[in-house]
Amino acid sequence: MDKTTLLSGTGIRAGVMVLLLAVWVAACKPDRPASQSTTPAGRDASSAVAENADPSKGIGQVQHVTLNTPLEQDRIKRGQAIYEMKCQACHRLDETRVVGPGWAGVTKRRKPEWIMNMITNVDVMLDQDPEAQKLLELCLTRMPNQNVSIGDARDILEFMRKNDGEE
Amino acid sequence: MKTTFRLPVTLIVCGLVAVGCKPKGPGDMAMGDAASRVYVAPGQYDEFYNIVSGGFNGQIGVYGIPSGRLLKILPVFSVSPENGWGYSEETKPMLNTTHGFVPWDDLHHIALSTTNGEHDGRWAFANANNTPRVARVNLRTFKTEEILEIPNSGGNHSSPFITENTEYVIAGTRFSIPMDNKDVPISSYKDNFKGSISFIKVDPQSGEMSIAFQLRTPGFNFDLSRGGKGPSRDWFFFSCYNTELAYTLLEINASKNDKDFIMAVNWRKAEELASQGQGRLENVEYVHNVYDERTHTATSTVKKGVRVLDITEFPELVYFIPCPKSPHGCDVDPTGEYIVGSGKLAATMPVFSFTKFQNAIASKDFEGDFSGVPVLRYEAVLHGEVQKPGLGPLHTEFDGRGNAYTSMFVSSEIVKWNLETLEVLDRVPTYYSIGHLSIPGGPTAKPHGKYVIAYNKITKDRYLPTGPELAQSAQLYDISGDKMQLLLDFPTAGEPHYAEALPASLIRDNVEKFYRIEDNEHPYAAKGEGQARVERNGKDVHVYMTAIRSHLTPDNIEGVRVGDQVYFHVTNLEQDWDVPHGFAIKGATNAEILIMPGETQTLKWVPDKTGVYPFYCTDFCSALHQEMSGYIRVSPANSNTPLKFSTGVIEGEAAAAQ
Repeated sequence: MDKTTLLSGTGIRAGVMVLLLAVWVAACKPDRPASQSTTPAGRDASSAVAENADPSKGIGQVQHVTLNTPLEQDRIKRGQAIYEMKCQACHRLDETRVVGPGWAGVTKRRKPEWIMNMITNVDVMLDQDPEAQKLLELCLTRMPNQNVSIGDARDILEFMRKNDGEE
Repeated sequence: MKTTFRLPVTLIVCGLVAVGCKPKGPGDMAMGDAASRVYVAPGQYDEFYNIVSGGFNGQIGVYGIPSGRLLKILPVFSVSPENGWGYSEETKPMLNTTHGFVPWDDLHHIALSTTNGEHDGRWAFANANNTPRVARVNLRTFKTEEILEIPNSGGNHSSPFITENTEYVIAGTRFSIPMDNKDVPISSYKDNFKGSISFIKVDPQSGEMSIAFQLRTPGFNFDLSRGGKGPSRDWFFFSCYNTELAYTLLEINASKNDKDFIMAVNWRKAEELASQGQGRLENVEYVHNVYDERTHTATSTVKKGVRVLDITEFPELVYFIPCPKSPHGCDVDPTGEYIVGSGKLAATMPVFSFTKFQNAIASKDFEGDFSGVPVLRYEAVLHGEVQKPGLGPLHTEFDGRGNAYTSMFVSSEIVKWNLETLEVLDRVPTYYSIGHLSIPGGPTAKPHGKYVIAYNKITKDRYLPTGPELAQSAQLYDISGDKMQLLLDFPTAGEPHYAEALPASLIRDNVEKFYRIEDNEHPYAAKGEGQARVERNGKDVHVYMTAIRSHLTPDNIEGVRVGDQVYFHVTNLEQDWDVPHGFAIKGATNAEILIMPGETQTLKWVPDKTGVYPFYCTDFCSALHQEMSGYIRVSPANSNTPLKFSTGVIEGEAAAAQ
C-alpha cells in the first residue's frame, strides 16, 4: 500500500482525525519553542567612533584637519573629480538645495572636521549629530554613504574651499 | 479499497493509545527540540550556505541551513525578468549558443570549487542538461560569470564534477550521438553514435574555463561521476548505463545486462597525452560566454576545434569496472579509497577499493574487454557489497566519520551504513521518493557533517495544497548522533537535483557589497550626473542615465520617434550596500533591469506608438522613491521634434530667466 493512498482523506476519516487531534492538543498544550534566544545580531560597530570632544567637529575619525594656504591644487583637481562622480547628483555648487544643500558657503558654516566626518561617517552623523539631524529634517532624504575615504574627503574639502572663493 | 479506507483510522487510534501525546506518523517524525535546532533567531545568521540546483527553473537557489530559508534565486541558464538577466543588453550574450539565444535550461548539479579536496568558497559550477553547457558562478558576487557550451554532447548530465584542486571540470554526455552534428539513420547507432567526455581546464586564478580535450568512448550513456581524491586523485570515475547500445525503449533495452560499467579514467595520463599532441583535432564549433565585472558586460565568442582522445586507442588510459544494473551514483569517499556504485535496479550495492583496483591493473586481472578497453574482474576490485540496503539506491554522501548515507528512491529512505563493515546502521523515511541527498562538504575530503538534506521528487501532502503544481520538498536531518533525526521540511523553488552546502564563514566575509564606481569601465556608463546625456546615432538613441536617491537624470527626454531603438544605459551612482535601483518603462516588451550600486545596465526599448511614456525606479529605495520617475516623449516617425533632455528644468522659469 502506498503512502499517498493512506493519506488521501475522506470526509469521515478527516472528521475522526480532527476530533482526535483536538483531544490531543487540549491534553498536551505543547510548550513554546524551546529556544528563546533574543540576542541581537552583532552589529558592525567600527564606524561608531567616539564622539569628538568638540561637538562642532561632528562625530567620526577626523579629529584635526590642517588647512594650508595657498590651496593645494592637486587636491582640488581630485576633489572636483570625486564631486562630479559621487556628489553632484544631489549637491549644487551654488546655494540651491536640490536633494541635499548647495555647497556655497559650507566651509564658512562648518568646521572642516565636521564636513569630513559627515562625508566619511554619514550614518552615525545622521543618527547622532544634532546639526546633521537638522539637515535630514530639512531634506528628508538620508545622505547616502558613498564610501569616500578620509583622503578623498580631504580632497573634496579642498575643492569646497576653492568653491567658497579661497585661493 | 475498503481496507485502505479503514486502516488509517485504526492506525491513528492505536498510535494515540500507545504513546499518548507523541503519535507516530509522517507528520510527527520531527520530535523533541527539533524546532529550536533549526530556529535562527531574528538578526542571526545560518551556519551554512546551501547552493541548490534549480532543476527545470535553470537557476540556483541559495538557502540558509539549518533554517531552510531561501536567501536568493541566482539566474544561470534561464532568463530572469525580475532582475533583467538575459533581457539587459549586457547579459543577453551569456545565453548565446551555437543554436542562438537559448532562454531556458535544466540545471541539475552543483560542484563547489575545492583546494586539496576541501571547499575553498570561490566558485560554484553548474550544468545545463538540455543544451549542453557548464556555468561558473562567482561566490563573491553570486553572479554567473561564465557559460561554456559543450560540443559533441547529447545532454550534459554527467557534469559538472571536479578534480581535487579544481584543475578540471568534466562534462560527460548523457546521450551518445553522432559526432559533429552528422546526419545518419538512428538505426546506425552501433556504428555512428559515440560518447563524449569533455575535460574543461579551470584557470587557478581567474577561474576561466576552456575545453582542454575530449575523450571519445563507445556509445554508452554517462550518468554521474566523481573525481578521486587522496590516493585516487589522478583518476575520475564515471557511471555508465546502456552498455547494450540501445536506441529505443531504453527502459527495457538498456536494462538487459546484469552489469554495466563504472569507467575509470586516468586524467593525468589523458592530460599528458593531450599535451603531447596525441589524438586528433576535430572540427566543432561551440560558444564561450564571459561576463566582465568591470564593464558589467558579457561577450560571446565562437570557438572552433577540439582535441580528441579515443579511449580505445590508448592503453592504460581507461578501465571498466563492472557494476550491477545501470549504476546512477558513483561516489568517492573522503579518503579516496572507496568508490560506491549505486545500481538503481540492483538488490545490493557494490563498494570498490582503489587499492584493489590498482592491484587488479598491475596483475592484469581482467575478465575481458569492451572495444579493446580492459574490463576488470568484478570480485578483484570489490571491497564488498552492502546487503539489502533498500530499493533504488541513487546517491551516496559521507560524514567524514567512516559512514556513508545513500538515498533510496523506490523505498523513500536514507540509509546510513559503515564504509568498512558495510553494515547498515540506520534508516529514516523521506517524504517522498528522495533523489539526491547532500551533507555539507559531503563530496569533499573533509565533510562538515552535522546534517543531511534530502531532495525529494514527490511532495504530495507535505504542505498546504496549491493546486496540481506543488513546491518541491526538501528535508533536513540531524546526523550528529547514532540515529538520524528529521528536523525540518522546507519547500524549494524549481526542482532541485544536487546541492552542496558549505560553512558560511568560507563565503560570508568575502562577499562584494557594491561595485566601485571608479572601476566601472562600461562604455556607456555615466560616472556622475554631469555625464548624463542623450545621443542620437541614426535610429539608435542612447540615453546615458544616472540613478541616485531619489531621481533619474535625465528625467525629461524629447525628440525620440516611433521606430527608434532607445537604449537606456542606467548607471547607479550609489556606493553603499543594498541600494539597488530599478528601471522600467511602459510598453517595454522585455523586462525591467535592476542596477546594483556602481553598476551600469541597459534596457532596450522600441516605442511603437506616439505619446509620452513614464519610466520609474522599480526598487523601493527611499522616502521619495515614488518621485523617482520621468517622462520620454515619442513623436511620429519623420517628425522634427528636437532632441533634448534635462532634469529639474521648468520650461516657464527657464524662459523667464532668459
